[in-house]
Order: sequence, then C-alpha cells, then structure tokens
Amino acid sequence: MSQSYDRGIVEDYGRWREFSPGMWAWVLHKFTGWILIGYLFTHIAVLSTVLDGGATYTETIQGLESLFIVRIMEIGLLAVAVFHILNGVRLLMIDLGIGLDKQAASFYVSLVVTAIIVIASIPTFLGEVGV
Amino acid sequence: MSTHDTQPDAAASSETDTDRDTVVLEVFRYQPDDEDAEPYYETFEVPFEEGMTVLDALLHARDYGDGTLTFRHSCRQGICGSDAMFVNGRQRLCCTTQVSDLKQPIQIDPLPHQDVIKDLVVDMDHFYDQMHAVDPFFDPDDPPSNELEEQLQSPENREKIKMATRCIWCGACTSSCNIAAGDNEYLGPAPLTKAYRFINDEREGDERRKQRLEQMTDDHAVWRCQTQFSCTEVCPKDIPNTEHIQELKRLAAKYDLSLF
Repeated sequence: MSQSYDRGIVEDYGRWREFSPGMWAWVLHKFTGWILIGYLFTHIAVLSTVLDGGATYTETIQGLESLFIVRIMEIGLLAVAVFHILNGVRLLMIDLGIGLDKQAASFYVSLVVTAIIVIASIPTFLGEVGV
Repeated sequence: MSTHDTQPDAAASSETDTDRDTVVLEVFRYQPDDEDAEPYYETFEVPFEEGMTVLDALLHARDYGDGTLTFRHSCRQGICGSDAMFVNGRQRLCCTTQVSDLKQPIQIDPLPHQDVIKDLVVDMDHFYDQMHAVDPFFDPDDPPSNELEEQLQSPENREKIKMATRCIWCGACTSSCNIAAGDNEYLGPAPLTKAYRFINDEREGDERRKQRLEQMTDDHAVWRCQTQFSCTEVCPKDIPNTEHIQELKRLAAKYDLSLF
C-alpha cells in the first residue's frame, strides 16, 4: 500500500538559492521581458496624448519628467532593456551553438555591462530633475 | 524531528572531535503507511571515514540508525543510476559524491518534481515512459543478414556521440528541469540526449533518422528547452545535455524546412 506524496510547487520557490547562472539568466530574461511588455502599453498611452494636440502631449511629457519617481523608473527601464538586449544576444549565440561552455560567464558579463551602462546613465537621468 | 545517533559509543565520545569525525545528515522522511503521514526531516549522525560517499553515510544511517530508512541504490559506483537524490540543494549521485566535499549538515531529499513514494524513493515511471518514447535503442534500416555481424562506426562518429552514450538513466537532469516540471509532455533532457545519440549515429540509415527527427519537431520535444542549463550542471556523467538539445533544435529546424 503506497501512495505518492506530492511536494507541490513550494519546492520550486524554495530552491532559488541553488539556482545556477543559466537558471538566473532565464528568470531575469522572463522578468525583464514582461516589464518591457508592460512598458510598451504605458509608452503607447503616453504617446497617444498627442491625439489631443501637441500642447497636451508636451504638457504630459513635462509633467511626467518633472517627477523624481519617473526619473528613477526610467533608470530601471534602461537597466531592464539593456539586460534584456545583452542576454538576448547571449541566447542568440547559444541557439547558434556558439560558446555554450561560456554561458555562465556570458551571463555575468551581461550583468556587469548592464550595471556599467546604468551607472553611467544616472547623471543624464537625474541631472535636470525639476527643469 | 527526531535524532538518531548511530555511533555505538557516542555517549562516550567527547564533544570536541564530534565536528571532525561525524557526519550529520538531515534526511527527508515520508512514510505513506502512517495514519496521517506528513513528511519530516530526521537527523542522523554517522562516523566519518576517509573516502566516505553520501551513499556510504546513508547506508550507515540505515544499518545502525533506523532500518526503515528507504532509498534506492545498487552498484555503488555511478553506473546503475539508481541513487540520484537532492543533496544539499542539488541533484547528485549519492555514490559518487564525497561527504568531505559537502557542507554539513548534509540535507538529503528525494529528487524534486517527482512524486515521493517513501522516504528518498521517488516514482520514476514518468521518466522511464519519456525515455522509452524516443526508442532508446539501436535500430538500423538495414540490419546485416547475419545478426551477429559487427556494425562498425567511424571513430569520428563515435566521438560525436561519445558523451551522449554515457547516460545512466538516473533522472537527475529531468528533475532539475523547470520546463519538464511544468510540462509533463515535454520529453526532457535525458530522452532528448538519447535521441541525439541515435540521430547522430551514422549506422542507423536515413529512414530511421527521418522518423527520429520527425519526433524532434513535435511541440513538446526540443522546442520546449529554454536553455536554463540546469540539466548540464547537474549531470553526474558530465553530459552536455543543453549542447545536444541545441544541436537537435538546428537539425529539427532544417528538417522542417527540408533543407538537407
């Protein structure tokens, strides 16, 4: 008499500390992908204010850009986009069968390059807050 | 949680050398025959010996601690593939994992993503079904009239499939794969590696190769792989599963486009 004990979905989340670089790359790629899709809709919403005339559009953009939180979110968006692009190139290489043994290193490189670009962008994004 | 001390003279031994000379195991226990069976972790203390593997420690825990502790094992030398478990957060073969390489206490769970039957024993039926689904046997188009005749393979061809032939059906890779966990129809890393091994075997012939490639173009075959590399990381035989699956993807794409 035996029955199976199903440990359910808990074990997946409980394992996050043991994730390998390839696994983290996958998780981050999905995560950044969903954020970019979400951003796309906000982007369209903001752009569509131009249908009410150029003045409304300019006002909307100026209003948004004067908010500190928006500047911070823009940095976040840059981070998300840059990582997604770099890891996308990494995945493209993997699909072409190039450098599969370097997949972990190339993930770390993606992260480091993302960090450098994001840090370098901070003056640009935060420089003129309130202008 | 309960503690079994498997050292006969544990009471006599001093606290100071406990750290060096004993191995502490935290073992997942589940007894389906109990009235309200809930899994729990049991602690075993096992005397350390030079060269001790996790399987040795488990055997000691069973023989001198709790005789009802259940786990699969057979050859004890990494060939039979029956003692793959989740040791310190990673799928490993217990018989080829040295205790001295691991942080203590060593936590031992049954393979994730498989139903637990008892203690460390999981239900492997689905994994075997997926393995059999790819016809994991040599099946040439034109077998020689004398079936005992050797069917020679070029050294280069042998080299190409060498790593893939090493699979011991332990199921560590499939257990580590998130996609396989979420999609029961997905063949999984080990069956795909098997498929790679036969698709690239030049002795099978074009007909058989086409049939095998056809299977690879299925929705739940190679295209489910999302290159997490978990299977390659955990494989106790160091088979580059992901690399093989990636090559199969290219072959499957070419097959679909009929470019070859």
